[in-house]
Amino acid sequence: MFLRLLSDIQWRAAHPKWRRMTSSQRSTSTTAEPHPVSLPAQAQVVICGGGIMGTSVAYHLSKMGLKDIVLLEQGRLAAGTTRFCAGIVSTARPMSVELKMAHYSNKLYQQLEQETGVQTGYMKTGSISLAQTQDRLISLKRIASSLNVMGIPCEIISPKEVLQFHPLINVHDLVGAMYVPEDALVSSANVSLALATAASRNGVQIHERTCVSHVTIQKGRVTGVETDRGRIQCEYFVNCAGQWAYELGHSGEEPVHIPLHACEHFYLLTHPLKEPLSSSLPTIVDPDGRIYIRNWQGGILSGGFEKNPKPLFTEGRNQLEIQNLQEDWDHFGPLLGALLRRMPGLEALQIMQLVNCPESFTPDMRCIMGESPTARGYFVLAGMNSAGISYGGGAGKYLAEWIVNGYPSENVWPLDLKRFGALQSSRTFLRHRVMEVMPLMCDLKVPRWDFQTGRQLRTSPLYDRLDAQGARWMEKHGFERVKYFVPPGSDLLDLDHSKTFYKPDWFDIVGSEVKCCKEAVCVIDMSSFTKFEISSTGDQALESLQYLFSNDLDVPVGHVVHTGMLNEKGGYENDCSIARLSKRSFFMISPTDQQVHCWTWLKNRLPDDSNLVMEDVTWKYTALNLIGPRAVDVLSELSYAPMTAEHFPSLFCKEMSVGYANGIRVMSITHTGEPGFVLYIPIEYALHVYNEVMNMGQKYGIRNAGYYALRSLRIEKFFAFWGQDLDAFTTPMECGREFQVKLDKGVEFLGQEALWEQKQNGVYKRFTMFILEDHDTDMDLWPWWGEPIFRNGRYVGKTTSSAYSYTLERHVCLGFVHHFDEKTGEELVVTTDFINQGEYEIDIAGQRFQAKAKLYPFSSLFTQRRRKDEVELSGYQRE
Amino acid sequence: MCVCPGPRRIAIPVRSSRLPLLSDAMPAPAHLFPLIRNCEISRIGSTVCYCHHKHLCCLSSHFAHSHFRYAPQKKFAALYRPKEHFNHFIHTRDYASTPQRFYLTPSQVNSILKANEYSFKVPEFDGKNVSSVLGFDSNQLPANAPIEDRRSAATCLQTRGMLLGVFDGHAGCACAQAVSERLFYYIAVSLLPHETLLEIENAVESGRALLPILQWHKHPNDYFSKEASKLYFNSLRTYWQELIDLNSGETTDVREALINAFKRLDNDISLEAQVGDPNSFLNYLVLRVAFSGATACVAHVDGIDLHIANTGDSRAMLGVQEEDGSWSAVNLSYDHNAQNEREVERVKMEHPKSEEKSLVKQDRLLGLLMPFRAFGDVKFKWSIELQKRVVESGPDQLNDNEYTKFIPPNYFTPPYLTAEPEVIHHKLRPQDKFLVLATDGLWETMHRQDVARIVGEYLTGVHHQQPIAVGGYKVTLGQMHGLLTERRARISSVFEDQNAATHLIRHAVGNNEFGTVDHERLSKMLSLPEELARMYRDDITIIVVQFNSHVIGAYQNEEL
Repeated sequence: MFLRLLSDIQWRAAHPKWRRMTSSQRSTSTTAEPHPVSLPAQAQVVICGGGIMGTSVAYHLSKMGLKDIVLLEQGRLAAGTTRFCAGIVSTARPMSVELKMAHYSNKLYQQLEQETGVQTGYMKTGSISLAQTQDRLISLKRIASSLNVMGIPCEIISPKEVLQFHPLINVHDLVGAMYVPEDALVSSANVSLALATAASRNGVQIHERTCVSHVTIQKGRVTGVETDRGRIQCEYFVNCAGQWAYELGHSGEEPVHIPLHACEHFYLLTHPLKEPLSSSLPTIVDPDGRIYIRNWQGGILSGGFEKNPKPLFTEGRNQLEIQNLQEDWDHFGPLLGALLRRMPGLEALQIMQLVNCPESFTPDMRCIMGESPTARGYFVLAGMNSAGISYGGGAGKYLAEWIVNGYPSENVWPLDLKRFGALQSSRTFLRHRVMEVMPLMCDLKVPRWDFQTGRQLRTSPLYDRLDAQGARWMEKHGFERVKYFVPPGSDLLDLDHSKTFYKPDWFDIVGSEVKCCKEAVCVIDMSSFTKFEISSTGDQALESLQYLFSNDLDVPVGHVVHTGMLNEKGGYENDCSIARLSKRSFFMISPTDQQVHCWTWLKNRLPDDSNLVMEDVTWKYTALNLIGPRAVDVLSELSYAPMTAEHFPSLFCKEMSVGYANGIRVMSITHTGEPGFVLYIPIEYALHVYNEVMNMGQKYGIRNAGYYALRSLRIEKFFAFWGQDLDAFTTPMECGREFQVKLDKGVEFLGQEALWEQKQNGVYKRFTMFILEDHDTDMDLWPWWGEPIFRNGRYVGKTTSSAYSYTLERHVCLGFVHHFDEKTGEELVVTTDFINQGEYEIDIAGQRFQAKAKLYPFSSLFTQRRRKDEVELSGYQRE
Repeated sequence: MCVCPGPRRIAIPVRSSRLPLLSDAMPAPAHLFPLIRNCEISRIGSTVCYCHHKHLCCLSSHFAHSHFRYAPQKKFAALYRPKEHFNHFIHTRDYASTPQRFYLTPSQVNSILKANEYSFKVPEFDGKNVSSVLGFDSNQLPANAPIEDRRSAATCLQTRGMLLGVFDGHAGCACAQAVSERLFYYIAVSLLPHETLLEIENAVESGRALLPILQWHKHPNDYFSKEASKLYFNSLRTYWQELIDLNSGETTDVREALINAFKRLDNDISLEAQVGDPNSFLNYLVLRVAFSGATACVAHVDGIDLHIANTGDSRAMLGVQEEDGSWSAVNLSYDHNAQNEREVERVKMEHPKSEEKSLVKQDRLLGLLMPFRAFGDVKFKWSIELQKRVVESGPDQLNDNEYTKFIPPNYFTPPYLTAEPEVIHHKLRPQDKFLVLATDGLWETMHRQDVARIVGEYLTGVHHQQPIAVGGYKVTLGQMHGLLTERRARISSVFEDQNAATHLIRHAVGNNEFGTVDHERLSKMLSLPEELARMYRDDITIIVVQFNSHVIGAYQNEEL
């Protein structure tokens, strides 16, 4: 492979010491020869994988001062997927953290040649993303908005302007395009080798042709690595094995689940044009044609993401170096068609080669990084979904920070390995899911998209019952949840046609569910929420939880406490509700996707005490949320117990009988701010209780409702949700939840110090509610999340979630407001006055809408049913 | 525009007995109004106009026939120029300036193509099919209205084996219809051993139930004439009675049986016409049968013995899969037409040297008939006296018919035509995967090698498309794109059909220059009005018999 040849020469020239070490191996092919340098017996960090990820992690770790690092590569450096990478560094990413990683990578690669002397082929060509449809243009405009506020130059251009940048493009079917002038091209293998060179200079030991057989784990900690050349003891292990990461994770006795799966990925190389293409010609991305096109040695390189991907290595097959897989022209045909449609002038261009190179994809199109929930010190960085070179630098940096500092400098929860559990680890699931994911790379990313494959894995016992009543489902952490119920007789659009950035077709359906929640009573199946029970023989449970949670948990038995689970910096690791079931036992409810993360967090921090027991009881209970003013009536009729506020105040928990079923945990919370209850029902009673509730509720106008209604309700009430609004970089002080923090509860707790400091010095961002003023729900684009917020015309932050409020008849966006110094850009303290004195605008795909900022929800929403005692008891205004 | 090579089709009036198939599937036909009346037919293709009032045009009589050429054209055509039509044509002229493009949707195309498809699978016993035939697919696509092709398939119940045949009628469908109903009985009877014949005769004599001789595999559209069944039965009975009397005691040779059956049936057709029938309908029927004609290509499969008996220019072709998986075609019949030198020789041998020049003119027998062997066609078999006598004593309809009255030129030493088949025997081998029997409508449009490949790929479901590798060759993006498009089209057309014969028709009618089905072309061809359809294509009838290689392999081993 000429690419490889080129890089080899450069690599060795740049690093003579390396050549000495490896020249003997390179002269012959694969015969085992004695390795000139033996492996060290121990190291602090062992990195497995010499592709762009492994070398980037090694580079950043060594930069951060770690010395004792060993990088092992089973074949040769940058000889796997990295070698075949198309080498496009593109910052046009829809997600903020991905965008930041790509931006950092770009900056890193730009100066890498100067730093290391290794030619990286870096060329700032810019990139142009084309839109064939108006919807595509909207999605490009959304990306452009977020690039601009990051300070990355970017503009939306007309089809005619596209022609000025690239003469070969057929622009007749285009409606617009996005130009990102700073996007670049690199030789990915050389970038990887440059990073290796720099790392090697900083003391990282690199060993090629060394195969990791498994990682040894003792007492939940990494202790060492077994290789075909002996054992290395280590403190940290980093799995950067790319498409083999899944297998490597499963090779040890204790499996580390890394859900990714390889697919064949094709791109075409051509001979140079008659008049060779300039190497500064921008890269073309035509997502509607599912292709990308870059200049390559005077010709072009063009690949894409076909609709019918070919997953491979499902049964596992480790290969040293990826030999050229078979070219499949028939498979590439549609992409070739798209290429010739986009650049008809290339018909006569001669083909050089069709490259087939496996790429790994993950179940949710996002890469995987972080520490294993089961083995401390076992880190993973893999599953790049074909954007390895774009993310390489940034991802390596974040992971290095994670290892060294305990947490990266950005919120990487969307990429955290712990968003997955063992349940996403089935090969069948992965195979099916990646076949959906790969085409999605080019599909329009619209709000509220649900994956269609790998579904119905975890379901509530009521699933069939709800489905028969018209439920439409979404999936969270493998669990099916109802979005809304389609009333009999009404027709919704089919899947493809329901994709929209505008008002969705379910608007009125959800509206009527919300109305029912406000005026009568609705049932929402909330069984997916993560539920833990923590109990002890003595006071250990209370003591430990008091340390781990910021609110005071030493409340009378039967009380429910909303509290954050904070890290040292006071940031939310989890936001949960904890009920004190007895003196010594607690029932904890967390968001669905917290199942792995929260468990790991607590497990790692709870004392090693056999008398202290934590159990995951998610699967034991079905949760029914009864929302609405008539929930009281339904429940009291079913239980023959008074449920009024005098007898059952807000934030209360009691075991009682409902219908014939006994032992139902009833809590007076609804997660929405509306009156009502959540029933935690042992699953064998679920159907019975549901039937009883529905029968009894009939006279009160009961109906089923879904999560979209819940979402609208909670957002109009200014309720922040963890995972959407709250993350590890947000403290209770910043989102107006000081009342959930008991700094003076008399017990030291995690994050206390940071919160004290914030209380005294003020916060640097503030969770704010925005009501869109001049937004036409029917005609205008809907906000989603990630829209830039402008205060007096200056960018101050982004939204984190949004919903239409059926009560206010306005869109509500939630988001954080920062205060950047006008001159220096330095972050300043955000005060209430700062918030209140601004004129705000929300930028939706380039169009700005006036917004009214509020730090507290509308009191009018808490009408007559809001009880004074409830406010006092809960001690805060928002539930 | 017209695909017919020269003015070889001739207008023969044939009564239309049923609605044209095409119009059933056309929701809003912009119908073509033909100007066939009094001009050279070859010009017609370019002088058409569009008419939206189909129901007004459908009175037009049916023209065009493949096998005949009729000399006194002008005189004849003048008879068939109804005034109203002409007026109507003028009336609708304004449509001509804005012809509407009209295409059938893929599902409309499919419903036309699939209207006559039929599949038969040989039933399995104990999960095993012990027959050397797995089953067959058949289909026909009309160009004439009504279609003049016929097909038959049946399993012999008193002997082993299966019979399949295609029949291409000319000068009407009467003869083809009669042959398709009767020939297999003649063959089956010829094959029956003496004892069985006796048993059958005794049963008939004593009014007992007859042993069933054939099990027919018929499409609902394949009909048998009820009115003539008694007449046909009596002729058949006479035949087996003669066989019983002739009892040679020898085991019946299939070749001989086939030849005897063909000749006997043709003889009976001729005799029935000469004798006539008291029933006027039947009388007219037997005359129509005798004065029209039909070619026949019949296969008899018994174990690994495959016999093809062919009379005329339909063709049988064996699909053979080579060791490398590719497909090749083996002809199992010879066309009896002017292109077959041996056949021309044979005809010349049978007549005095003085006639040598007039025997075959313009590639036609006596300058008129394309096939050199056929059933019926007594105009080429009877003496002039006999013809005149029969026509004169026949019903009025016959007398009014210009064609029947017309005596071929240079008609000196009849008979000029025979129904005697050429029989080819082939021992099936495991690599023989299928047999295609088809009328010349198919073979005119497709080469047998393409037929073998298309059916082979269809039946195996495997497209022996080698994966493309660029290697060291110089290939441009455009070339590659063209190649891939073609390969894709080839595959996608396979998935539409559940019937090999349908699939073949789709290719025969819709193939573009790449050898792949082009929907637009297919749609155009199928939306041709019946008056024009015959200009572009002939009736197509296809039977694809699929062989059971395992059984054939086992037979072979036994024989070794």
